[in-house]
Amino acid sequence: MIVRFDSSTLRETRWYEYALRFVFGGVITAAAGLIAQKFGPGIGGLFLAFPAIFPATATLIEKHEKEKKERKGLDGSRRGRDAAALEAAGAAMGSLGLVLFAVLVWRLFPHHATGLVLTGATVAWLAASGGIWSVRRKL
Amino acid sequence: MLHDVVIRFLIGGVIVSAFAILGNLFKPKMFAGLFGAAPSVAIATLALTVAKNGRSYASMEARSMLAGAIALCFYSICVAFLLLRYRLPALTATLSSTAAWFCAAFGLWFVFLR
Repeated sequence: MIVRFDSSTLRETRWYEYALRFVFGGVITAAAGLIAQKFGPGIGGLFLAFPAIFPATATLIEKHEKEKKERKGLDGSRRGRDAAALEAAGAAMGSLGLVLFAVLVWRLFPHHATGLVLTGATVAWLAASGGIWSVRRKL
Repeated sequence: MLHDVVIRFLIGGVIVSAFAILGNLFKPKMFAGLFGAAPSVAIATLALTVAKNGRSYASMEARSMLAGAIALCFYSICVAFLLLRYRLPALTATLSSTAAWFCAAFGLWFVFLR
């Protein structure tokens, strides 16, 4: 199975679901800043990889898959949980890419331009995560 | 102070939403799941931290982020396990696994990075 774009999920997503992600994302970013101010960068840095919106994302995926099955007159509970578990498995692979992101930013930030380091580390995150996903798919 | 919080909230909200929308666009689901661990909060926070506290300070945050990222991997595995093995609802599985994230993140930081 190859990676493909599917914009239909954007139409299925309701406005409050986007709003929910915006609020969770905003709150954790603001909280990470406040925690770093209060307890220092050592503790504050931990929250840069906090699963802030994952509960909302997984719950919405479960709900959408369940609704799809129910429209066909079937019980979609199992399908919904399986879909959320697949999302979690993907996040586990993405978090390994996030380790690489953190190492690159940690080592390169003191010597190179901010934009360059963040862009390069983000590309490295995507390449590493996608590479791990690709290897896992072939096993 | 309040101005800083509001700026962080807005920029964080926009970047996290952008990565979430991007993740929604991809199939299969496991690939889309990669975006559940996108560095969205990190990008927003680190860029603002550099502007306010300098690069060395932001670099120290990134060093600690290592522990947070490993904890996120542990968290995601816990969520998948609870969903597949115990058939818990997604909200219950994700919220209860947050305790695993805190234990792993602070444990790793305390042992290796403190």
